[in-house]
Order: sequence, then C-alpha cells, then structure tokens
Amino acid sequence: MNRKNWITVSVSVLALSALLALGACSKKENTEQSSNATEQPAAAPAATPIDPATVATVSGTVKFDGTAPKPAKIDMSQDPGCKGTNEAEAVDVSGGDLANVFVYVKDGLGNRTFDVPKDAVVLDQSGCKYHPHVLGVMAGQTVQIKNDDPTTHNIHPTPKDNREWNESQPPSSPALEKTFAREEIMLPVKCNQHPWMKMYINVVKSPFFAVTDKSGKYEIKGLPPGDYTIAFVHEKLGEQDQKVTVAPKETKTVDQSFKAM
Amino acid sequence: MGGQLRPPAYSGKIPRWSEQTALLWSALTFGIMGKEPDRFNLPDPRGPTLKSIATTYNRGLHRFAVVLACWTFLLIIAGALVTSNDAGLSVPDWPTSFGSLYKIPRLVGGVKFEHTHRMIAQGAGLLTIILAIWTWRAEKRRWLRYLGIAAVVMVIVQGVLGGLTVKLFLPPPVSSAHAALAQTFFCLAVAIAVFTGQKWIEEQPRIEFDQRRPSLFTLTLLSIFVLYVQLILGAMFRHHGMSWWPHVVHAVVVSFVLAWTAIRALTAYPNVEAIRRPAILMIALLIGQVCLGFTAFLTRVAWGRDAVQPELPMVASTVAHVAVGALLLATTVILAIQTWRHVPVAFEERLPQAQRNPTTA
Repeated sequence: MNRKNWITVSVSVLALSALLALGACSKKENTEQSSNATEQPAAAPAATPIDPATVATVSGTVKFDGTAPKPAKIDMSQDPGCKGTNEAEAVDVSGGDLANVFVYVKDGLGNRTFDVPKDAVVLDQSGCKYHPHVLGVMAGQTVQIKNDDPTTHNIHPTPKDNREWNESQPPSSPALEKTFAREEIMLPVKCNQHPWMKMYINVVKSPFFAVTDKSGKYEIKGLPPGDYTIAFVHEKLGEQDQKVTVAPKETKTVDQSFKAM
Repeated sequence: MGGQLRPPAYSGKIPRWSEQTALLWSALTFGIMGKEPDRFNLPDPRGPTLKSIATTYNRGLHRFAVVLACWTFLLIIAGALVTSNDAGLSVPDWPTSFGSLYKIPRLVGGVKFEHTHRMIAQGAGLLTIILAIWTWRAEKRRWLRYLGIAAVVMVIVQGVLGGLTVKLFLPPPVSSAHAALAQTFFCLAVAIAVFTGQKWIEEQPRIEFDQRRPSLFTLTLLSIFVLYVQLILGAMFRHHGMSWWPHVVHAVVVSFVLAWTAIRALTAYPNVEAIRRPAILMIALLIGQVCLGFTAFLTRVAWGRDAVQPELPMVASTVAHVAVGALLLATTVILAIQTWRHVPVAFEERLPQAQRNPTTA
C-alpha cells in the first residue's frame, strides 16, 4: 500500500471514529436537574372555588384486549430478607381488567388551582415490593415512605422534571416524608438493592386522578362540569386520551381499553 | 542513502526464550512464579550497554507490580458486576458506606456488589501508593518513578469519579469516564509490570527497522485510538447515555484496524517473538470479544429488554465483554510498546527531506 492510500485509509478510520463518538456524546444531554432545585412549590394561590352542588363523577373500567402476558418471575434469592410474591406487576391483568392504570384529567381545568391535601399518601415497602405499584399524588403533597421489611431498601426516584434523590431506609426506621414539586407522569422509583423493585409516582396539579384497581375500575369524584381530556396512562402500554363533557351532577362512565403491544 | 544511516544489524545469537517479551500473560505468570535469575544472565554478545548497567532487576518490585495489575483486573470485573446488576446506587452515600468509613454493611442484594467494589478499589489505591513509594525509592529509571506517581494521581482521580457517580446519580458522561479511566489505569499497571520485568531490563532488544508504511507502530497507535473510542461508545451505551448502534457500527472499524495490525505484525515480524505473541493474543481476544459482544447484545438488548431484573446470562455476558475488552486494550498497548522497542521506525524517515541530502562543506 503506498503512502497516499494508507493516509486515506487512516484518515477515514479516524473520521469515522470521531463521528461516532460525536454522535454518541450529543445523543443525550444530561437530564439531571440541579441538585439545589427546590422541591417546595411556590406559595400556592387560593384555590378556585367549586360549587359542590354541581360537581360530577367520572368512572369506568379499563380493559386489556388480547392475551395477557404471563407475569415475569422475580428471583429474590439474593436477599434472605425478601419473602414477597415472586411475580412482577408490570402488566397486571385479571379477567381482562387492567390494574395500575393512572387516570387523570389532563386538560380542561383551565387556570383553576386546588388546595394541596394535608394528608400524606403512603408508599409501603413490604415483601420487597412497593405498595401500591402505581401512586397518584398532588404536587407538594407529602408522600410517606415506610419500610416494613426486615432488610434495608433504598428509595431512588429517577424523575425528568423533579429533583432526583436516593436514600436508604433500614428496617424499623422512621418513615421518610418527601414531596414532589412539579407535575410528572409515571415518575419511576426503584430500589438499587433489589433491582426488581420498581414503582411509579404520578404527580399532578389537580385532585382529579385515580388508579385502576385489580378489577380495572376507577372513579374521579368532585369534577366541576365542563369539557375535559381524560388520560389513561400505563407504564408499559403507554397513554390513551378521551375527550368527555360532563354536565352538572352527572355520573359519567368512561371506559377505556389497551391493546397488547 | 538510507542504508548509511542504519546502525549495523545485530547478528549475535540470543537464546530464543530471552527474546520473549513480558507481554500481558507472561508478565503475570512470571511475576507470580518467578524465573531463575541466572537464565537471563548470559553474556551479551554486544557487551554491556548503558541500559544494562543503569538498571538492575528488582524481583520484589516486579512481583508487586504484577499483583497490582491482577488486582486492577479483579477491580474491573467487580465494577462491571456493579453496573450489570444495576447496583451502582445501592449504597447511597460516598465516601462513607451507610455512614461509616470502616464498617462492612450486610452484603445482600446490590450492596454485595457495590460495597465489594469499593473495598477492592480501596485495596487498589493502597497497592498503588505502596508501588509508587517503592518505585521512587528503588528504581533508577526516572521516567518509571514518575510513572508510579502518575498511577497514584490516576487512582485518586478514578476514586473521585467513582464518588461522583454516586453523588450525581450515575450521569452517563461521569460513569463512562469512570469506566474508561479504569481500563487506562489497568493498561498503566500492566505496563509498569512489563517495565519492571526481568526481560525488559536485561534483554537486548532485537531491533528491526520498519520500512513499511504505515509503520506497525502507527498501526498499533491507531488500534489503541479506535479501541478507546469503542470503549467510550460502549460505556455510554451501557450507562444509558446513547443508543447501541454506534458501538456496534464502530465494532466493524475496530475489527478491521486490529486485524490489519495483527496481520501486519505476524507477516512482517514472524520471528520477533515480542511482537508475535501479543499480536496472536490480540487477534484471539478480538475474536472472543466480538463473540461476547454479540452474546451481550442478544441477552441484554434483544432478549432482556423487558427483564424484571438483571439475569445471569446478561450479567455474565456483559461482565465478560468488559473484562475481555480490558485485556484487549492492554494487549494492544503492550504490542505498541514492544513495537516501539523492537521495530522502531527507520531513522531516515524521521528526518526532514532537506536533512537527508548532506551537503559537502
């Protein structure tokens, strides 16, 4: 190979390598938030009054079309302190009813503001699993995290829009109390000590949300009359929206179904 | 007249075994088993050289350097186990572990991998400091003394990078830098083991000038470069900083360059064992690494996309892929070092054209 040829080959190899490296580095910016980002929301304006005499209720059932996937098996043998059921909850289908779907009013509330509930929402670690698997909470509302296992867990939310944190919680230690400042749907939470432990927190600005139970049912109460977009979000199956109009005092049934991916 | 610039070719007979270089495996083996010193003390047909007068073999130092290289390899495997088991943040604090600098926590779940990695890393730091002090006191080669200091600086930076991965929740660039520096440190530890080895100190390099272009030395440097790019691409993919395809596409480039280098080494210098052995090892590791990469892709990407937790096949294949990658990089570095020593670029090629045409006074 003469000098010209080998220079051409070498330059080509270097250029290709550099191009790939450049592409790789620019692919994903660090999405991590500044560690000094506050979790405390700014002083909330007074809640927009809602006439309790006109409020409506939206309820329904979420179904799963098709053959439900078999629950994946979990191997908990790496920690003798873990004695939970060894099935993953990713797609929880029972008789065609789909559990763990987060249902919320995505659009239609305008500039209404709502009081943040004083009561904490409880997230329990038991049997080396999170209970519940999917949780809804208002921005600024306290999440109380308990450990009922005889082993240490670490709680590690990996948000896109909220502050990331990672804390360990030994057995019999006091509950952790945390808040999330910004709206974020399907915020993953995991335990790095037990890699099968995953759950999702949904942070919303309104109290109009619910999570489907084992029978696929949900209910959203106290909704003022109006035109809304109701979103149904599943951790694996994605999001589906429905537009609904609710009249004063109406009890509306809004069902939804997800197809197997 | 390039021939006039060449030194006279060395034609003295050197026993075959003394031509062998302390490449990766032999360095490790010799360091542990040792060799009878008198086997290397045969009279040199060229007589004593400055090199042989200045430096004497220090068996203890060499063995210690080999232990550090082995320990570092173990550390790389332990680090790979942390990532493959998704256990990087199972101990949420640093430099303490669950608030303590010395207490060993209950080694279950992810803590087993993360804390073991930390303990092995502390051992590596200690070994590196001892090696640097020992080298500084016992070694006559100044550049090697500074290499020991460089190793200490590198191990400190590596420790801080490891801490940052915990403090910053595994940002892909930091985690990838931690992975890349780990293998750089491994290469340095292996190189120190080679430089302190009896062969390196006592053998007379069998010099053959490289007339072909690109030179073998250029090819080995190119191989190190593409391997480094591949290491960064792989680490970024592994730490969720990018897609898998750049790593896979670049594997073709790496295979081409490394095969070119190995084939050149084996065809041009089949009788220089110091070149032949790392070249053979490099091509063998390359084949193994490509197979492991394919297996890791299948288990992790194709089949394990929806896995509830890291499973044994994906952990085994990815950890093996990282370990063999480290061996491949270190072998390539050794090949480059031995090429630089045994097959230097012909001197006239280093001179500007104007200086090649001597003018009469």
